[in-house]
Amino acid sequence: MKSLVAFFISCSAGVALAQPAVWVSSEKDNTLAIVDAATLAVQATVTTCKRPRHMQLLPGGKQLLVACGESHAADLIDVATRKSVKRVPLGDDPEAFDLSPDGKTLYVSNEDEGAVSFVDVASGKVLRQVPVGKEPEGVKVSADGKLVYVTSEVANMVHVVDVATAKVLHNIKVGKRPRRMAITPDGAELWVTNELDASVSIIATKDHSVIHTIKFALPGAREQDITPVGIVMTKDGKRAFVGMGRANHVAFVDVAQRKVTQMVLAGKRVWNVALDKAEARLYVVNGLSDDMTVVDLATAKALKTVPVGRVPYQALVIE
Amino acid sequence: MIARRTFALLALAPSCALAATLKATLIQTADDPRLERTRTERAYLGHPGGPAEQGLKVALDEAKFELDAGKTAVALDVKGTDSRDTARAAAQQAEKGGAAVLVTDLDAASTLAVADAVKLPVLNVGNAADALRQSDCRANLFHLLPSERMRADALAQALVARKWSNALVLAGPSADDALRAATAQASMKRFGIKVVATKAFKISADPRERDLANPLLLTGGGLSYDAVWVIDSDGEFARSLPYRTALPRPVVGDAGLAALAWHAQFERFGAPQVVRRFAKANGRTMTAHDFASWMAGRALVAAAIAAPNGPNAAWSKAIATNELDGSKGVTMSFRPWDGQLRQPLLLTDGQGVIGQAPADGMLHPKNTLDTLGADAPEKLCKARSP
Repeated sequence: MKSLVAFFISCSAGVALAQPAVWVSSEKDNTLAIVDAATLAVQATVTTCKRPRHMQLLPGGKQLLVACGESHAADLIDVATRKSVKRVPLGDDPEAFDLSPDGKTLYVSNEDEGAVSFVDVASGKVLRQVPVGKEPEGVKVSADGKLVYVTSEVANMVHVVDVATAKVLHNIKVGKRPRRMAITPDGAELWVTNELDASVSIIATKDHSVIHTIKFALPGAREQDITPVGIVMTKDGKRAFVGMGRANHVAFVDVAQRKVTQMVLAGKRVWNVALDKAEARLYVVNGLSDDMTVVDLATAKALKTVPVGRVPYQALVIE
Repeated sequence: MIARRTFALLALAPSCALAATLKATLIQTADDPRLERTRTERAYLGHPGGPAEQGLKVALDEAKFELDAGKTAVALDVKGTDSRDTARAAAQQAEKGGAAVLVTDLDAASTLAVADAVKLPVLNVGNAADALRQSDCRANLFHLLPSERMRADALAQALVARKWSNALVLAGPSADDALRAATAQASMKRFGIKVVATKAFKISADPRERDLANPLLLTGGGLSYDAVWVIDSDGEFARSLPYRTALPRPVVGDAGLAALAWHAQFERFGAPQVVRRFAKANGRTMTAHDFASWMAGRALVAAAIAAPNGPNAAWSKAIATNELDGSKGVTMSFRPWDGQLRQPLLLTDGQGVIGQAPADGMLHPKNTLDTLGADAPEKLCKARSP
């Protein structure tokens, strides 16, 4: 009987895998909501560790890591079975992380300690810890895997950390409360959102200088209500999408022109944003309205807003 | 009596020489009666929980990376004073010693003595008196702690938002209570809250004074109201007023629901990290007064970063014009017309954060934060009027 049940579970999980799904972490739920990309409804809920925030797939796309602030660990979840495989300790209050190109090392910001930890995913051992400015947030690994970029919300800078020596090479002064980053596909530019500056700083990676700042404006919103956090770029590096925070919109940005082309209304306090593989849709999580807005990129229109969990943090499309 | 301590946050510069060190001096009341253990233990809403230097030090410590990278530093000196004259002397001595900014946690008279004794910017972190922002304002005086009027406006907005339109006002016997009651009533008038009655209370067990001391008698007698607004600068009477009113109505003001600059349970905009850093450094909960002194530290750091080489004039300008991030979700800056730091306030029952002010839907032609406290067109501060 038991084996029969197991058979059915694995069978249904196999069916689920065929469908593209959007996984959404919510800070106050200790669960991940799985939204069916076809019906745009929550089809399942996966229990995970406490205060799940940043999610990322391991190379190969079969396993998902989610960092949990209050469990001081990442949960490693098998995408097909939707079951936790193991926990990887990440130190005090982990928030965002990124992986080395081979997926073996994880670089995580420890908000309370003001440090970036290098963690061996297989053994869960902290390999190195690099002190940075207080409240480190966004983490991004350079394409060649040699550098890790980390934003500090208190120090208002991006730290450039050398992986080989575990040393801070540069501190780049950006706008107030820098949050998330995106790197252009050619690796030449690092884009950083500044939450309390209504802007994105563009950094040239060759000399780590700020070469441009895009200031956001929105009819009917004051500058102090435009609080950009989430950012994602298309694979061809032509367009970027930036969440406008309390201005409740997502900005479509022409990367080469450094200009906003459209502003699309989403939910309350637009947080992180995610693209599907075909880059036909943008998934926008709304931190203060507990939902996710699905935006059609061709028409720049919201298709649907789906209730997800309490204080949603990030969406991740798994296809 | 001048007690003196120095701790410097001289950024441990890697190999290069520091450009300049911004020297600041905190002048505070020695043996401050507000900080006696028996008072701080009671933790009345809106009362300080410990010395101002603790908040300042957290702000300077957490900025180490930023100061290092900016090749600059901030050094803080602390002096205790016990009178207006020693406060003035301490201020002059600090200016002579090269201080670029003074920080004060003093009574109103001593605060003014300090501001008048020097040409430096003075950051007031512990005094909420409206007079310091209005009739007694100074061009070099800045206020990190919200004014009484800001707190009263925030609470009046909360009442309006809930349609609690009729308030019974209970005011204590001190001179401070009288001033604060007038401020609260002006706020209520401004936001359209009707004052049903204003009554004086007194803590007393004397049966002949029971009309003044008994909450049931003070709030009964056929009065009809939506909320009781209590003004009690001391705190003891207000503490036990909730649940003792004749009608089942909420208490607001100095007990029940209060509007404060900060509460340790605020969970947005990175506030929990600030609270944890403060608790780790000082072994106690971060209060609204601590927020003000922490913000003063943030203002010093922002000035040092904006002008790594000084001189004093550049730091003065930076203090007056910098936009500050204080983990309340918006940038905050000093209002040019009265030197008050504009900021959102938190509504709290002491246990958690119930809401924020400005209330949703409050509008202002320039900055919604300016719906809290005295606004530019009122021209209440002559010393800063152009």
